[in-house]
Amino acid sequence: MSTAPETTGVTDASAIPDTNVTSLLRFATAGSVDDGKSTLVGRLLHDTKSILADAYEAVERVSKERGSEEVDLALLTDGLRAEREQGITIDVAYRYFSTPKRTFILADCPGHVQYTRNTVTGASTADALVVLIDARYGVVEQTKRHLAVAALLRVPHVIAAVNKIDLLDYAAGPFRSIAQHVQSHAESLGLPNVITVPVSALKGDNVAERSENTPWYDGPTVLEVLETVPSIDQGADAFAAAHRHGVVHPTADDAVAEETGWRLPVQLVLRPQDAAVSEDYREYRGYAGQVAEGTIRVGDEVVVQPSGKRTTIAGIDTATGTLDEAHAGQSIAVRLADEVDIARGDLLSSANDAVTASKTFHAHVAWLTDRPLRERNRVLVQHGAATVQAMVTSIDGILDISLPGGTLDTSIAKGKELQLNDIGVVTLQLAQPLAVEDYGTHRRTGAFCLVDPQDGNTLAAGTARAQVPGTEDETYISI
Amino acid sequence: MSTDTNAPARLSTLDSLEAEGIHIIREAVGTARKPVLLFSGGKDSVVVLHLATKAFWPGKVPFELLHVDTGHNFEEVLEFRDRTVEKLGLRLQVAKVQDYIDDGRLRERPDGTRNPLQTVPLLDAITQHKYDVVFGGARRDEEKARAKERVVSLRDEFGAWDPRNQRPELWNIYNPRHLPGQHVRVFPLSNWTELDVWRYIEREGIELPPLYYAHEREVFARDGMWLTPHHSVRVADTDVIETRTVRYRTVGDASCTGAVESPAQSIQDVIAEVASTRITERGATRADDRLSEAAMEDRKKEGYF
Repeated sequence: MSTAPETTGVTDASAIPDTNVTSLLRFATAGSVDDGKSTLVGRLLHDTKSILADAYEAVERVSKERGSEEVDLALLTDGLRAEREQGITIDVAYRYFSTPKRTFILADCPGHVQYTRNTVTGASTADALVVLIDARYGVVEQTKRHLAVAALLRVPHVIAAVNKIDLLDYAAGPFRSIAQHVQSHAESLGLPNVITVPVSALKGDNVAERSENTPWYDGPTVLEVLETVPSIDQGADAFAAAHRHGVVHPTADDAVAEETGWRLPVQLVLRPQDAAVSEDYREYRGYAGQVAEGTIRVGDEVVVQPSGKRTTIAGIDTATGTLDEAHAGQSIAVRLADEVDIARGDLLSSANDAVTASKTFHAHVAWLTDRPLRERNRVLVQHGAATVQAMVTSIDGILDISLPGGTLDTSIAKGKELQLNDIGVVTLQLAQPLAVEDYGTHRRTGAFCLVDPQDGNTLAAGTARAQVPGTEDETYISI
Repeated sequence: MSTDTNAPARLSTLDSLEAEGIHIIREAVGTARKPVLLFSGGKDSVVVLHLATKAFWPGKVPFELLHVDTGHNFEEVLEFRDRTVEKLGLRLQVAKVQDYIDDGRLRERPDGTRNPLQTVPLLDAITQHKYDVVFGGARRDEEKARAKERVVSLRDEFGAWDPRNQRPELWNIYNPRHLPGQHVRVFPLSNWTELDVWRYIEREGIELPPLYYAHEREVFARDGMWLTPHHSVRVADTDVIETRTVRYRTVGDASCTGAVESPAQSIQDVIAEVASTRITERGATRADDRLSEAAMEDRKKEGYF
């Protein structure tokens, strides 16, 4: 049997979002089992008209086969066979959609406790985190865990979506008390600006469209928040600086106004020699990397770490031409005024606000593997393009999210072992100095992974801390 | 919030995606012993190659290209493939499914499609040439199983992907470590959509095989797709062959890659079409993904691209 293919139509190109102009926002979603997270994601995709006809028809068909009256939007996000069979989500799934204002990369993170490592994965790249809360149950342990992950990873924006308000007849009271609970808990964790939105993902209230059922709520919809918050590519570094200066709700304007130092991790030394694209570049020597922070300008004085050598930026190159300046997020190569010994893994920074290197530092680590971490364990620290051998000299505490009123600094229980999904404070001793910075103010150069030196697997997400409360330790990195 | 999102961002979406792709390629090459790019002449692998030329400028792309030729490829695409390789002064390795069929290592399937047969020649080539980092043009928006794949994805000795045991991928830190016999697949376009790819092709003026643009072609309808009477396709007496104006959204094996009826002759036309199209890229034109609900997942587990 042959059926005729559908003809695709050509429409007016001016109606298409222009990705040459619009910015990109990366966000993640997290929620407990049955919070309706998959439905919320399905709703966002559906209401932004991001679902194509054949995908929607497939979901419609499966919904009917399962005897469901309404089209189950959650089915749009079920990817793997085991997930469909068990009706759960196992792994982070990435979704892509756009509105005329913005393009979005969504990391859809599973909610089961045993998959918290996926929430960490999704949140690590996120400009914003949407935490799902079931309005019937309010803030539960898993909510606190997700907020703790957001605080640990310093996700710039957190949106608490209080879902299933339709089941509470759109009453204002329960939402307001949950919102208050979220705020107080978030503040104790040091999350400055959590935006709480009452939604029904199933019915579509306040997700992409403002609801008529919540006249008592005059805040933004979930999508409105996502469309307007500044992204990391619009200046994450300066964003952190805005925080340093006490701006609680920074906008894109605050983000770009602040001038701080810059960071460039060296990925490769480009020395084409015989493989040059033309004779002119036989002797070329450039240092390639993605600007981690700040704005590099020709003429800037440079400090190279860990060697501590100094030189000057002689030029900034891309395949399409030289630049006067390069911004955070751009992949470029720099030429330097002096012949300095530089290799992959080195970190270049502006002499103004330069990085220092250290052989020991404190960090929060989210332990992401089954085998527990114990004191004296040997690991690899992967930081930017650098990898060094290290030892966990002490486990200084484990975050206990059940402690009332606890913060990331005070909710520390004693313990000498980190289990899967634990967040702990550790001290690391390195074989070679590394230019690690405080994650609170330097999101790129403060982040690292722990890797198993034997099988090469990723063990933990780490965020360096300038200091650990309650210690007089002077050996930690000085910023 | 007073943010003015109408003002141009410092980096546009395409700027961000390009910078990320270059970062991924440099990072993988920085740790690789012998990297290779899977290059079919299809638009996604062409864009990865374009990013690689930018990543290593003013040096040439420092790795070989590998094409698994099903023997069912479109002539125009093979011609484009060879011309591109020559223009950039690169080396191309070709692993031929036909060789495997000729000496009996693989058998032709009853339905005649050879896409599933590519896995064995691919894995053999990876082993034979000792490639440890294998770049591909796969995108997460193509298909449900791909939506869960890491940018840097570990494959075992059998090339298999274990979706339940993937390494967490944190920040922009990629972990390509693997044991002897294993390798990693690296997907620099993971976060690109079909529309992003076309926007980028437009912006950069990237040349593609002519099949991607509207042309007149003899076709017949099968399973809701327009197939062309290529030597690899068994045409039944009942198939009605007619001439229509079509283009291809993907250019794979001619026996299972269908054309769509389209008047889109320019990149701008294609972008308008992609933006308004109501059918997903693979759903419209790839018979092999329709075989079952988990078709792609199963092939990936076996070591497919």
